[in-house]
Amino acid sequence: MSSRSDIFSNIRRSLGVTGTERPRLSAVAERLAQAPKGVPVARGQLPKDDMIGLFCAQAEAVQCTVSRVADSQQVPEEIANYLRNKNLPATLRMGEDARLSAMPWSKTTLALSQGRSDGADLNAVSHAFAGVAETGTLIMTSGADNPTSLNFLPDNHIIVVEAADITGDYESAWQSLRERFGKGLMPRTVNMITGPSRSGDIEQTILLGAHGPRALHLVVVG
Amino acid sequence: MSAHPTSPQFKANAHEALGDAQLQKALGNVRAGFIDKRVKAAAKLPEFEDLRDSARDIKNHALAHLDLYLEAHEAKVSASGGTVHYARDSAEANRIVIEICRARGAKTVTKGKSMISEEIGVNEALEKAGMEAIETDLGEYIIQLRGEAPSHIIAPAVHLTKEQVEADFRRVHKHLPADRDLSQPVQLLTEARTMLREKFLAADIGITGANFLIAETGTSVIVTNEGNGDLTQLLPKCHIVLASIEKVVPTLEDVSQILRVLARSATGQDMSVYTTLSTGPRRPGDVDGPEDYHVILLDNGRSAMLGSEFEDMLRCIRCGACMNHCPVYHAVGGHAYGWVYPGPMGAVLTPSLIGVDQGGQLPNASTFCGRCESVCPVRIPLPKLMRHWREREFERHLSPASTRYGIAAWAFVARRAGLYRLATRFGMAGLGWLGRSHGRFKWLPLAGGWTKYRDLPAPQGETFQAMWKAKRGT
Repeated sequence: MSSRSDIFSNIRRSLGVTGTERPRLSAVAERLAQAPKGVPVARGQLPKDDMIGLFCAQAEAVQCTVSRVADSQQVPEEIANYLRNKNLPATLRMGEDARLSAMPWSKTTLALSQGRSDGADLNAVSHAFAGVAETGTLIMTSGADNPTSLNFLPDNHIIVVEAADITGDYESAWQSLRERFGKGLMPRTVNMITGPSRSGDIEQTILLGAHGPRALHLVVVG
Repeated sequence: MSAHPTSPQFKANAHEALGDAQLQKALGNVRAGFIDKRVKAAAKLPEFEDLRDSARDIKNHALAHLDLYLEAHEAKVSASGGTVHYARDSAEANRIVIEICRARGAKTVTKGKSMISEEIGVNEALEKAGMEAIETDLGEYIIQLRGEAPSHIIAPAVHLTKEQVEADFRRVHKHLPADRDLSQPVQLLTEARTMLREKFLAADIGITGANFLIAETGTSVIVTNEGNGDLTQLLPKCHIVLASIEKVVPTLEDVSQILRVLARSATGQDMSVYTTLSTGPRRPGDVDGPEDYHVILLDNGRSAMLGSEFEDMLRCIRCGACMNHCPVYHAVGGHAYGWVYPGPMGAVLTPSLIGVDQGGQLPNASTFCGRCESVCPVRIPLPKLMRHWREREFERHLSPASTRYGIAAWAFVARRAGLYRLATRFGMAGLGWLGRSHGRFKWLPLAGGWTKYRDLPAPQGETFQAMWKAKRGT
């Protein structure tokens, strides 16, 4: 017998089922179709303005830096200032995201480059799919627009997130994801990012910049 | 490590651990580090206790329908271009890993932290097959340099001090200047980051574990703080996920409920830094990501736990809270447990996976204080499960004769109320009289194991039963 059928028959023997029982099949089909939400978290159900405030506060609590700008036209200048204030080189790598491409980068002196990272880039910017207020988490989706390697290889990662895309809880972000990609379908990678990389593996002392970015800067637009 | 458990020598291991000054110093970090952080994180979320119930119910539902959710998961993985493999045991899982690696002509394999990979001993299997396996989690990297096994499921190097890590880095990273300063943890971290960056970029295959599998979407989920698991699965041409069958949960919503209790219970974070959901290989138009995506699902005894008195253990989400709160773990650390899984969860799981004859000592390593159950995010009744193992050990005559006769004698007396009262009254009075001058005993026959480490106080006054009777006036 193959390992697969062996394992399935062991599971079914232990559970005392055959795998064809109607109530079990419909319980599973129903749960997969309806995806019940479970226990709601009060802090994820705030009015929009408070939600954005909570998002920023939670992100700062996990060592992100956060700045807010009124519209997307101001993003390049904000990023140029951020890099200058940190004494970082005026270079920036990004994917093909149309929202980023439409921003007025020529107003700055930043040297831009496009595509995935091969590990040599110091600074990168990505556009978030959504932000989640309850824990200050960014939801990033993979693709040529925002290559996953930009989330992890550069030392300084900057993420642009639209205020309109900030949701209260994870469940609301999954709702948007289903609307974009279809129910049951996912982009290759979804990264939920909450702060810059860290490790507590040496004597339980938390240190930033383990393998991923040493610094994470968020620009909230709108 | 996984092939040769030293669990049967738990007592000797524990004895050695208690006398190890370095280890005792490092274990202070467990006591100091984890407990307060968990309490604070839980207190900040009013729904925390309700979420624990919810997490328990989700896992119970998934286990009761495990065959169907595994089928749903497999269909979705295939639809997204990935491949699911099933392995009955460690040997089969290793064989599948090596076949995939050979087909790619792989020389080096990077690894994210995975307890399943420890369980099957995949590093040894890869090395035997002529490939280099490189652990990339900082803690795992350190213990790999030392040729050790992890001593904690989420903090593998918690048994080491920074001085020990410094000595290992100086021993292994010989090409770096000998006079460099490595006295601070941040310098050690930076050196490991630099060393491993080259490995990430050069690796042919990346192996990660999975905290969850999602049936709805055919997704594997890893939860990390460092980002090493992401570089491991992103940069090589092929990503292999090693997971056990009970990791599957129905939907994204279900994962979200459990994530809310996972990091809070583990490290006291609201959320770990990186929670990564992976579905299949590189898509058309993608500019990065692996070309192949394989999921290897390991049984290794778990299907037999379903429907048994140990089924509750399959809810475990590997947060480590039980060991962080365990007085026995605090005293002896993880290596004394002798196999892959230490602490209370290890004491229950180890006999299930390697047999009660090998792991039967571990359920005895408990004071039954109940802290593990009180902090478990999925409410596993760990003390009850350890008791089940003790019963089995006793039934199978695996416990030592002195224990068996002692328990039999105690049971004889305890079942006879009059005899019990009489025996305690005269026994305690006799002991009280013998110890009246010092108030304590430095040595007692049949109690040498106790008095070797501390004095036994001499009993004073009436027995509890006599006092209770007097107080109630009956």
